Amino acid sequence: MKDFLAGLWKEHPLLRQLLGMCSTLAVTTSVVNGISMGLGVVFVLVFSCLIVSCIRKFVPDEVRIAVYAAVIATFVTIVDIFFKANFPDISRSLGPYVPLIIVNCIILGRCEAFASKNDMWPSVKDALGMGLGYTWVLIVLGAIRELLGAGTILGFKIMPASYEPMVIMLLPAGAFIVLGFIVAIMNKLEQK
Amino acid sequence: MKNLVFIVISAILTNNMVLYYFLGICPFLGVSSKIESAFGMGVAVIFVMTLANALSWLIYHLVLAKLGITFLAYVLFILVIAALVQAVEMVVRKFSPPLYRALGIFLPLITVNCAILGATLLMITWNYNFLESVVYGFAGGVGFLLIIMVMAGMREDLEFADVPKVFQGAAITLITTGMLSLVFMGFSGLISSK
Repeated sequence: MKDFLAGLWKEHPLLRQLLGMCSTLAVTTSVVNGISMGLGVVFVLVFSCLIVSCIRKFVPDEVRIAVYAAVIATFVTIVDIFFKANFPDISRSLGPYVPLIIVNCIILGRCEAFASKNDMWPSVKDALGMGLGYTWVLIVLGAIRELLGAGTILGFKIMPASYEPMVIMLLPAGAFIVLGFIVAIMNKLEQK
Repeated sequence: MKNLVFIVISAILTNNMVLYYFLGICPFLGVSSKIESAFGMGVAVIFVMTLANALSWLIYHLVLAKLGITFLAYVLFILVIAALVQAVEMVVRKFSPPLYRALGIFLPLITVNCAILGATLLMITWNYNFLESVVYGFAGGVGFLLIIMVMAGMREDLEFADVPKVFQGAAITLITTGMLSLVFMGFSGLISSK
């Protein structure tokens, strides 16, 4: 249980360790994108950590990073093809950020720091915790940006008609600033 | 020729890797606290990105597309980048020890720099030809170097600023990057199409 919970708050991959920032900032223009990206990462993370944990005793130390990268890339290819086939719209709006899950440091980081040293079951729990921790921030960030930038959440109108959308929130600059504030709020909560 | 100029301007200023595509944020946040290390990282990125773009273009168009196995692209690209980084490290260590001392610690980090893989994937998406890809790799690297240097300069000044406690560290860095991104939006008027 401890392995699972660490990723959700205490060792949160994004807000604590600042891993995997690129995809976080890029895809969170709406809640739907945030959820799809989050689930994609959870899938890749859990299965890569599972495989890495299984093969950790056979892989020579010198080539381990390349081997992990190949394992991760394989699962990412699966996710990419799955999105393309079943959710073409989401696949288009996520663009190159789905293949970029390969270099999402959360995944390589967890494979290297945890799965390569632990048994299968703790590795899967750790991966699941980290993945869901990543996903909730993506959803929160997506919700804030969608609400302020377009006045909607999941495509439903929330703000009154008189609300003037802050387009800046949908642009890269908004992503950096909102995430900066989320990290600051997290620090504030931790201080107490 | 006009096309190449367009690619260079957009890669450096308007559609900058870091500020527009959010690629390479991790090294950007990690290595941008000192100007010297920021410069080392930036140069290493230029180097590897140009080579990686050239090599993966050749592999994609001459091997994968011919054999109809483009679904292997991601696996192969990441392996090419990992191998390339290793090779570059060895060559630099052999032929230029001073350069190795300057770039050494940054080279291994580049394997997981999403800017490199991102650039190779973007150039496939955009159907660039060989020359355009190489130019894009170089210009993208220059754009990265520019931003990381600007950021390092600002962060060195921020050291002396009285930042509220909860904003110290990552939070203020992200917000500063947001401001920088706003500033760079001013360049978007340079290119009218797209």
